[in-house]
Amino acid sequence: MIVFLLKRLANAALVMVAVALLAFLIFRFLGDPVELMLNEQASQAQRDALRIRLGLDRGVVWQFLTFLGNAVQGDFGISYRNQQDVFQLIGERMPATLELVLVATVLSLVIGMPLGVYTAIRRNAPVAQALQFVSVVGVSLPSFAVGILLILAFSVTLGWLPGFGRGQVVQLGWWSTGFLTPSGRSALVLPSITLSLFQITLVMRLVRAEMLEVLRTDFIRFARARGLRDRTVHFRHALQNCLMPVITITGLQIGNLIAFALVTETVFQWPGMGFLFIQAVTHVDIPVMAAYLLVVSFIFVSLNTVVDLLYAVVDPRLRSDVVRGGAGGG
Amino acid sequence: MTAPAAGPVLEVRDLEVAFDTRHGRLRAIDGVSFAIHPGEILGVVGESGAGKSLTGAAVIGLLEPPGRIVGGEIRLAGRRIDDLPPAQMRALRGREIGAIFQDPLTSLNPLLRIGDQIVETIRTHLPMSDREARAKALELLVAVGIPAAETRIDHYPHQFSGGMRQRVVIALALCAGPKLIIADEPTTALDVSIQAQITGLLKRLCREHRTAVMLVTHDMGVIAETADRVAVMYAGRVVEIGPVDEVIHRPRHPYSVGLMASIPSVRHRAASLRQIDGSMPRLDSMPTGCAFHPRCPRCLPRCTSERPALEPAGIARAACFVAAEAPAHA
Ligand SMILES: Nc1ncnc2c1ncn2[C@@H]1O[C@H](COP(=O)(O)OP(=O)(O)OP(=O)(O)O)[C@@H](O)[C@H]1O
Ligand SMILES: [Mg+2]
Repeated sequence: MIVFLLKRLANAALVMVAVALLAFLIFRFLGDPVELMLNEQASQAQRDALRIRLGLDRGVVWQFLTFLGNAVQGDFGISYRNQQDVFQLIGERMPATLELVLVATVLSLVIGMPLGVYTAIRRNAPVAQALQFVSVVGVSLPSFAVGILLILAFSVTLGWLPGFGRGQVVQLGWWSTGFLTPSGRSALVLPSITLSLFQITLVMRLVRAEMLEVLRTDFIRFARARGLRDRTVHFRHALQNCLMPVITITGLQIGNLIAFALVTETVFQWPGMGFLFIQAVTHVDIPVMAAYLLVVSFIFVSLNTVVDLLYAVVDPRLRSDVVRGGAGGG
Repeated sequence: MTAPAAGPVLEVRDLEVAFDTRHGRLRAIDGVSFAIHPGEILGVVGESGAGKSLTGAAVIGLLEPPGRIVGGEIRLAGRRIDDLPPAQMRALRGREIGAIFQDPLTSLNPLLRIGDQIVETIRTHLPMSDREARAKALELLVAVGIPAAETRIDHYPHQFSGGMRQRVVIALALCAGPKLIIADEPTTALDVSIQAQITGLLKRLCREHRTAVMLVTHDMGVIAETADRVAVMYAGRVVEIGPVDEVIHRPRHPYSVGLMASIPSVRHRAASLRQIDGSMPRLDSMPTGCAFHPRCPRCLPRCTSERPALEPAGIARAACFVAAEAPAHA
């Protein structure tokens, strides 16, 4: 278990260094930062001074190592646009994105799993087939279209729910949460539905496919032969054996959701990291872009690692401390 | 609940199982009758596709659609069970009829400790507390010969060898004290050196509890050592049934004769039963008259048009016009 853990962590660290290199290259070569930071009238002396201050006169390797060292300490430099500390800027926006993604993930599991189980065990029922059909539509609708339609229907026409912003937030330390106020919660509804729609259909189809597979296995047949109740067979034996892929996909999809939140956040003017990134792109605010890239990759890689470790928790066969082979003999 | 002392535990009469397909009805089991008495082991042999597994599945009510019972009746301790509603049939499985399948490696849920699987089965059928059920589970594991059962009870299936897992499966089949066990090739998937141990165990336990057993196997050696009576199946019918010594040493039906002749000696196990010229007819092209007549070395004119019924032949019964007239000897 320890070896497995260390291996996974080393892997993750390696990937992060590679991403950092990429971010650094963008930072270094996507336009000259000196040109971007100073206006046209700056003198050569001013330019040189800034160049030295930013360390741009040193070797590339030294620059990368400095960049890496700073990044590890959470120092991504100063935003070109509003001269704010980039890490702080992203930190302020992160809770909005994570809360949105969290709600979307919970929605996708809470709605997607039961639908998947239902469509698998009653696969010939008309309702199950209708759900299958609807899910195809769900998969193929682009999320910005869904978002705009939802805004049109529920905020513009009906006026039930807010169509932009985060509502009122409460500050808990550095974390700003929308969960504690009515306006914060109602502001979450439409964007999280928009973000989770694809995810719900994904989970549902995944669970359905896995269930159909598992229901054909010998141990399910044997569970029935033991006279276990349908509910036990379906939820205790079958669903549990489907959870591995569901955990994997859900875990990995959280990374995707954070990335795709960019679109939803733009549609709903949601003040998250994605929205910040889009603004940074329009202003060629390179430190913000590089930092966003690093932060999102970091989350991605961490999720991957956590998912791998969760595997070991769910599946006893992967837990090396119990794997002693067929001790006892025949 | 208890059967009248004299009556059979299981009585199958004129059982017909069919698959309704687009090309019409395929009758896979066509008029099978047999009975098993308390404490008796009925061996069922016949080449692949003869309908042995389907007969077992029909008895425990686990036919996979589109397969279904279209005729005849099944009685358990005198009570008709083939027309029970699914919920009542479910309660009967595991409680009154236990099952053992071919592959112990896939019969157990890989994610649950074996103890938990036994406890859940016991508690489904018997009014016991968790603790009582666990004590009983432990007792059963000891009875089926799991060494160090107190620690093994908390192990997962993958920690056991194939033979040990089949012992666990036997414990599961017996845990609610069923009157009847359907064992479908319980040793086929096991190492040859372990097969005798498992059949020996099955035999001993069933004698002790006076459990009736329907033992499906391809192994005539297993039949000779374990069964009291044997039924030979061919193309969805029982062609011969009688005491095991009689059928092995003095088979009446030409198919049984071929079957027994294909074994060099009952002492030396020969697993294959397929050493009679030709092959069994497909379900959609059953010959008229006796289904075996195209392969039969002693075919009479009437065999091609009339179907022989299971009639007394010596102390056994055979479905053959030739056998009824002059007994054949292997
Ligand atoms: N779903 C199905 N549709 C049509 N025919 C089927 C179906 N399932 C089984 N059969 C047929 O039923 C017949 C009996 O099958 P069964 O599994 O009982 O054979 P068996 O005697 O157990 O053979 P084996 O020794 O290989 O286990 C076979 O001819 C098979 O082709
Ligand atoms: Mg079979």
